[in-house]
Amino acid sequence: MKTAGKVSVAILLILSLLSIFAPAMSGYDPDKIDLESLKEPPGFQHPLGTDNKGRDILSRILYGGRISLTVALAAAMSSMGIGLLIGLASGYFGGKADMIIMAFVDLILSFPALLLAIGISIILTPGVYTVMIAIASVGWASFARLIRGHIMVLREAAFVEAARSLGCGSAGVVFRHLMPQCVPLLLVMGGIKMGSYILTEASLSFLGLGAQPPTATWGAMINANRAYISSAPWMVFFPGLMIAVTALCFNILGDALRDKYDLNIKGYG
Amino acid sequence: MVGERAQPEVVESIRKELGSDKNVLIQYFGYVKLLLRGEFGRSYYTNRKVFDDLLLKFPNTFKLALGAMLIAIPSGLLLGFFAAVKRDTLTDRLLSSISMAGLSIPVFWSGLLIMLFFSLWLKLLPPSGTGNIRFLVLPSLTLSLPALAVVSRIMRTAMIEILDAPFVATARAKGLSETRINSIHVLRNVLIPVVTIIGLDFGSYLNGAVLTETIFGWDGIGRFTMEGIIKRDYPVIMGCVISGTFFFVMINLLVDILYHYLDPRIRFSEDGG
Repeated sequence: MKTAGKVSVAILLILSLLSIFAPAMSGYDPDKIDLESLKEPPGFQHPLGTDNKGRDILSRILYGGRISLTVALAAAMSSMGIGLLIGLASGYFGGKADMIIMAFVDLILSFPALLLAIGISIILTPGVYTVMIAIASVGWASFARLIRGHIMVLREAAFVEAARSLGCGSAGVVFRHLMPQCVPLLLVMGGIKMGSYILTEASLSFLGLGAQPPTATWGAMINANRAYISSAPWMVFFPGLMIAVTALCFNILGDALRDKYDLNIKGYG
Repeated sequence: MVGERAQPEVVESIRKELGSDKNVLIQYFGYVKLLLRGEFGRSYYTNRKVFDDLLLKFPNTFKLALGAMLIAIPSGLLLGFFAAVKRDTLTDRLLSSISMAGLSIPVFWSGLLIMLFFSLWLKLLPPSGTGNIRFLVLPSLTLSLPALAVVSRIMRTAMIEILDAPFVATARAKGLSETRINSIHVLRNVLIPVVTIIGLDFGSYLNGAVLTETIFGWDGIGRFTMEGIIKRDYPVIMGCVISGTFFFVMINLLVDILYHYLDPRIRFSEDGG
């Protein structure tokens, strides 16, 4: 992996650690309203300033990172899980089932992702889980297609024939012999997709479909504070910077993974 | 819609009026019937037909997308071109990181920063509103950033592929100048895949329009969607999502068909492959 990839992994690790240990790092309650210190610019007391309710921006960013990162990660995991199972079934059994599943996958991939996610999240009540479900119910399709292609090649391999001739049933072949072969591919694709999941999570929270106030997420902070852009730009600047840096690191990581494993996947949507 | 302390009778009468007292399936098929007639129902709040509002707002979104494309495509092509020609040099790395940043920065953030810088600090252009071209510049610029990144990345990849092709080596062996090779041999072959991807990337304009229009108060379909979401005005949201998706799919289809004409080497196979 190139240097850029390594640096982004390091930055992502630091960001995750900061979010995990948010209570120890911040020193302020992220939701506590402090009328003594409204809209304070960055300074010694509050390194990144405070918002219009006197809440410490740094604390809110750290706590918000917990939600934003977890949601994107959980969405990626569920997309990978669903995509893996459906891809396995579709690739292994082929035939009519494969045709129907792939038609459905094409259908999902031909929708604009954010609009589809908005459409899904308005059906449910807004919240953290809604965002996860919305991202995952769009995201699984590209994983399913990838795995299905991989399995179609693998199922003709000698080791599959050997397993079958030893009396291994379909379930055994799929889960014990084929599934482990897909894991590296799945992880690489997951790395490639994370950047866009971070952005989708941020966009949905920005639109107010994610975690509800007073809970902080990066996207929701920008939406809540954008009216104060001229008088207190730091309220908008820092949360956005976090989204941009995180998405950038994941995208660089994705590119590095793609180069290393020579995957030709369209990763951004 | 009626507040939390509404009388039960009022709630009941509104439920009757909207038809939400009926079975879910009946409601669903009622909506599909409406859709097939080309209607999306009426807004809960303004009682205007959603379809009429969509027609009214569509030209604004179209202008915005056009403006963004006018910025994104030429500059993206140039960026990608130079990155490919100067492959693996510092220039390439610099240009590639610009496009990577464009992919990673959320438009609702870059939009706010652009607004802060150009209209609140420099006071060059109006910060928000719908109107003449002065209002159009900043949102178009914002919307163009991710598109610019996509175009330049694709341009770079396609260029590099073609630069390695044997016919380029032949051209070079004939003693043609680099400028001639780049402008005639390479560019012609590159444009076909690039044009296609630009068309296919139209979805990102739709995605971006929701966020960009919201920030700049641009009265298009994107802002209409956002207002619908905030007020939970379901006919509006459904209308926006369905019509947006419809456009997206139609444009994809158009590009697929265009592809065939642009590059006669590509033929659709009979067995649907």
